[in-house]
Amino acid sequence: MVDVVLITGRTLDQGATVEEKLTEEYFKAVSYIELSEEDFKALGLQEGDRVKVKTDFGEVVVFAKKANLPKGLAFIPMGPYANQVVDPSTDGTGMPQFKGVKAVVEKTDEAVRSVKELLEAI
Amino acid sequence: MEVNVVCTFCGSVCDDGLFDVEKFRSKRLCKLGSSKFSKKERIKSPMIDGKEVSYEEAIAKAAEILVNAKRPLLYGWASTVNEAIRLGIILTEKVRGVYDQCASVCHAPSILAVIEEGLPAGTLGCIKNRADVVVFWGCNPMEAHPRHGMRYSISAKGLLVKDRKARKVIVVDVRETRTARQADMFVQVKPGYDYLVFSALRAIIAGNADVVPDEVGGVSKDKLIELAETMKNAKYGAVFYGLGLTQSRGRDRNVENAIKLIQLLNRYTRWVILPMRGHYNVTGAGEVPAWECGYQYAIDFSRGYPRFYPNEFSAVEVLKRGDCDAALIIASDPVAHFPKEAVKKLKEIPVIQIDPFPNMTTLVANVVIPSAIYGLEAEGTAYRMDVIPIRVKKVIDTEYWSDEKILEELIKKVDELMG
Repeated sequence: MVDVVLITGRTLDQGATVEEKLTEEYFKAVSYIELSEEDFKALGLQEGDRVKVKTDFGEVVVFAKKANLPKGLAFIPMGPYANQVVDPSTDGTGMPQFKGVKAVVEKTDEAVRSVKELLEAI
Repeated sequence: MEVNVVCTFCGSVCDDGLFDVEKFRSKRLCKLGSSKFSKKERIKSPMIDGKEVSYEEAIAKAAEILVNAKRPLLYGWASTVNEAIRLGIILTEKVRGVYDQCASVCHAPSILAVIEEGLPAGTLGCIKNRADVVVFWGCNPMEAHPRHGMRYSISAKGLLVKDRKARKVIVVDVRETRTARQADMFVQVKPGYDYLVFSALRAIIAGNADVVPDEVGGVSKDKLIELAETMKNAKYGAVFYGLGLTQSRGRDRNVENAIKLIQLLNRYTRWVILPMRGHYNVTGAGEVPAWECGYQYAIDFSRGYPRFYPNEFSAVEVLKRGDCDAALIIASDPVAHFPKEAVKKLKEIPVIQIDPFPNMTTLVANVVIPSAIYGLEAEGTAYRMDVIPIRVKKVIDTEYWSDEKILEELIKKVDELMG
């Protein structure tokens, strides 16, 4: 289990598939978390393993990827997976906190849900 | 036959695209633009509760839902043209609903900051020709606006700033993005500490470096002084900022502090600041209501006149509180892009969707009305991220109705029902 600060955002693949949300390509583009090398090692992960991401606002199972990030920072592409765990409070602005949410990441054997399954579970 | 197209993906609205009509393939555009101009699955026909119907039947049902609702939410508008957005404001006023747009989960805090401070901005053309220092702060154009650098801000060939060598590029971000790898200087900030870094830069530039501690937000004082000096010594500088500021701790206050830094720099040299707008006409989704009724987002018409209050009338707040009893979603996909607390309400109320493509909102929509793709199958006007209006083109024919036509017919039906 590692503690991270989670950010979300656009990637090229997310953008290129955003008008095809019900396809396998979009699923692949948004259902992962990028972790720093140190955190990836600390969790004993192999590329493609699944992790459970938990915040005060929810939890979600996603695939794990190693990335060039400082230790303790994690990134999930914007979209339905990220939105299971972001902070919905807007501080009066209308804008939820999509970036800078404290999260705990742990290795899991649970399956990654499809976008349809995610929606059904809400 | 190859024709010129204006890209309707991101806020750069590239106007130099080429499109081969027979091969259905674009040239010159980036990965995002090429995906826009490629063949994709479409919503085949208008639908009511999953059953295929005619446009007229779907619009009649949509009108009925809107008229019977006490306070419908009309949300989206970022991927459509100004002509349709204008009709959207008229429709929202008629049905006494709430108008909100995608900036609500994007650059809404920028709008709040601009209300407080104004925006010392310039056009992309001006920046391309003049800017010898460009700062990307909390944005990653190499992934979100892939041709921005080439056309305006990194390797662009300008009139006075002739090439990449004549332009100093700085990236400030919490992670080393693809854009950071192109920069001459990368400043890594701890997540949520941008506000403090702006304050430190303001102090240094104003001659009060002595009050700045050795490290601010993970950035050493030496690096801050180097950044401040570079900014102060620019002939013409430009800051482009993104959701790294608006979606993290501080939100509108981050942008306000960034604008204050630019105001201060303008006492010494020329600096401008611009938000990197996401969807091709998300700027219009704010500009059009501003010229129609005075506000850019989170506008409530339930009393018959417009009121602006994001804490109450922004889509996420309205949905979380359960303050709407129907929704019309156009040119966006809030089910994929809102926090799950807000999505929950959309699953409970009648939802009308107007969009060219099936997406997660389609899965919860009761009435689905497919539309033509602007820039490809329909024409209209969009505002580029620097608020320059650009005409997007129609290059192929379609059976699909445009958003403009759908909304015109919807307004007619609403008028009929309301008498």
